[in-house]
Amino acid sequence: MSATTTHDEHHDDHGPDKGIMRWITTTNHKDIGTLYLFFALAMLFVGGAMSLVIRAELFQPGLQFVNPDFFNQMTTMHALIMVFGMIMPAFVGFANWMVPMMIGAPDMALPRLNNWSFWILPFAGTMLLSTLFMDGGGPASGWTLYPPLVLQTGDALPFAIFAVHLLGVSSIMGAINIIVTIMNMRAPGMTLMKMPLFVWTWLITAYLLIAVMPVLAGGVTMLLTDAFFGTSFFQAAGGGDPVLFQHIFWFFGHPEVYIIILPAFGIISQIIPTFSRKPLFGNDSMIYATASIAFLSFIVWAHHMFTVGMPLAGQLFFMLSTMLIAVPTGVKVFNWTSTMWKGSLSFETPMLFALAFLFLFTIGGFSGLMLAIVPADFQYHDSYFVVAHFHYVLVPGALFGAIAGAYFWMPKWTGHMYNETLGKVHFWLSAIFVNVLFFPQHFLGLAGMPRRIPDYATQFADFNAISTIGAFGFGFTQLLFVYIVIKCVRGGEKATAQVWDGAEGLEWTVPSPAPYHTFEDAPEVR
Amino acid sequence: MGRTVGNNRFTKCLAVLITSLLGGGAAQAAWELNMPVGATDVSAKVFDLHMLILWVCVAIGVLVFAAMIYCIVVFRKSKGAVADTSIAHSNTAEFIWTVIPVLILIAMAVPAAQTLVEIEVVRDTEMTIKITGYQWKWEYEYVGEDVSFYSSLASESNAARQLNTDIDPFEVENYLLDVDKPLVVPAGTRIRYLITSNDVLHAWWMPDFAVKKDAIPGFINEGWFEVNEPGIYRGQCAELCGKDHGFMPVVVEVLPKEEFDVWLAEKKGGVARAAATANQ
Ligand SMILES: [Cu+2]
Repeated sequence: MSATTTHDEHHDDHGPDKGIMRWITTTNHKDIGTLYLFFALAMLFVGGAMSLVIRAELFQPGLQFVNPDFFNQMTTMHALIMVFGMIMPAFVGFANWMVPMMIGAPDMALPRLNNWSFWILPFAGTMLLSTLFMDGGGPASGWTLYPPLVLQTGDALPFAIFAVHLLGVSSIMGAINIIVTIMNMRAPGMTLMKMPLFVWTWLITAYLLIAVMPVLAGGVTMLLTDAFFGTSFFQAAGGGDPVLFQHIFWFFGHPEVYIIILPAFGIISQIIPTFSRKPLFGNDSMIYATASIAFLSFIVWAHHMFTVGMPLAGQLFFMLSTMLIAVPTGVKVFNWTSTMWKGSLSFETPMLFALAFLFLFTIGGFSGLMLAIVPADFQYHDSYFVVAHFHYVLVPGALFGAIAGAYFWMPKWTGHMYNETLGKVHFWLSAIFVNVLFFPQHFLGLAGMPRRIPDYATQFADFNAISTIGAFGFGFTQLLFVYIVIKCVRGGEKATAQVWDGAEGLEWTVPSPAPYHTFEDAPEVR
Repeated sequence: MGRTVGNNRFTKCLAVLITSLLGGGAAQAAWELNMPVGATDVSAKVFDLHMLILWVCVAIGVLVFAAMIYCIVVFRKSKGAVADTSIAHSNTAEFIWTVIPVLILIAMAVPAAQTLVEIEVVRDTEMTIKITGYQWKWEYEYVGEDVSFYSSLASESNAARQLNTDIDPFEVENYLLDVDKPLVVPAGTRIRYLITSNDVLHAWWMPDFAVKKDAIPGFINEGWFEVNEPGIYRGQCAELCGKDHGFMPVVVEVLPKEEFDVWLAEKKGGVARAAATANQ
């Protein structure tokens, strides 16, 4: 096709290829962003189905549906899929779609790398899922992959490790692309301090990714050599140290927490000003707070391991550094609240999800602060209190951030308004069920229920039953989201270029839907 | 019984929630909702610390949420609110909401550090017990006493936890929290524990003592506890250790000192007799 077109005609007809090849060969940031987002949406249901297996088994005491080993495979795979297959790709999808449009760039800086970093994902995800059907089942040691237990995994071990490698490669390539794009392709006048918060949070996230994904890769490679090449990095019998892996894992794992939440902070920082019809309060201090959080995330990792028997000085250091994170996080919450102060608020679906984020993420922040207090952590650690804590920051935190962003930019992507009534129904059901699901887990943890158990003592029955009801309600509510998205892609009220009357920024200056190529001539930013 | 009255359980839960929120929860209800005060001085201190941070968080939460709700209620476009776009930043505000949290955090860190030091310094202990984790049971060894035994899930619980059983867990006393042979220790005695593992990681968690310590193969961790009141205390393995991680409870029977001495003497006699039989 392109062989028969002249150079000039080619320029006039710069649209996408037709059919499936469009998606396989695309180097267009919008196409790749769409691929990432739909992949993430699909994985949300795969990981979600696993969590429903977990919650169904925990509905009442006794084992009803699955054996304990399969239960452990479910908790492990649920986490791996949700972290590496769902939430991280979702935010890379947002970055692909929005970063070039927000900084006035025509595309990502490295389009072919971009295609590659997406197309690794379906294969890596499939390989990871296929381990469930292997001899000995999938990995069942928790997503933290702690040795020596993980070394008891059957045939799945090398495949799971390779899948983690591939997912890491994909993330690193995506991060490089985002950094290069932001550093080199900003429109004239778009200085760093003028960049929208979403771009800033992604710039910092990308650096975190490049810093820590190789550390995880190194850690799991050492597991691989321990299992197959006779090394003893983590095996005490050969002079190794099982706790070393925990240090390596959490040196990756804690920044990973912020890799997941910072882009959500960015999205919320775009949405709240838009629907408050006021600029973001303390824009510069929001940037500094994000950077401080990122820095601190490197020096708090051992707060995941207070029970391994660290020296007193180590415990005190990690307690204090962890508590410090509450300061920049607090600054963010206060700035968001101040943005609403004397604003003119309206409550479309993106704003509703952003507000739920504000309230519920704050609750997750509080329980995080409690977990930092070492003596109390001796009680909370590895209990359902921890499960409640990180699900509060990941579900009504990161996931609500992503859903808010999807509603916020969907009109820009599709050219249609989504159905606002259905959006509000989706919001209210999600917001109610997420609390029914996770709030009782605080009580379970405090009352002494350990995490990662398929069955429990009868005094935990009531709250577990409530939690399971919440889980099924929340899970099925998300089908409504799929319906809303499909309906919006297919048609609906025409969206204007600005979409929201309070919206500001370059992405709202181009028509809706955004043309296949935007900003081929760089806009001027005053 | 519990299976058919799910609805009742649900309403009971709501009732428990509401009464406890109103501050009038029964003792049992309080236990279900909150961390146990426990049976040692340390666990009581940990509980106080927990309540302190909880209330600090609640207080901050009330203020922050009140501000958010105020904004949501008052500055509504539908009520004719007009945005004041001149408010874009304030260094004073940023300074205040950086410094005040730092002060609050320091106020929380001080008692936390004090309690931590008390927990971590092991001294003046009167006896030592070595705990070893196995997939999926615990071994308790009374160091220097030539007494040791395994402690596994009680058989009633083990039968009821199988996948295709008809046994109702609600009919089993202390379902999943009962063992064949509990760890027996004397009350009012400062006990040092050493903990390790024979295979994978485990963690010995006894909520009533505020003790949770990882059992790590090749390494020995130590700690201490002193239980004031005789009684039976129950906990569980807290570090994922494979398929039966949920089925290796921790049970400690605390006896008055004299009764413990009798128990230990009997145990030693038992061991001696067993050894004698083996030698024949
Ligand atoms: Cu165990």
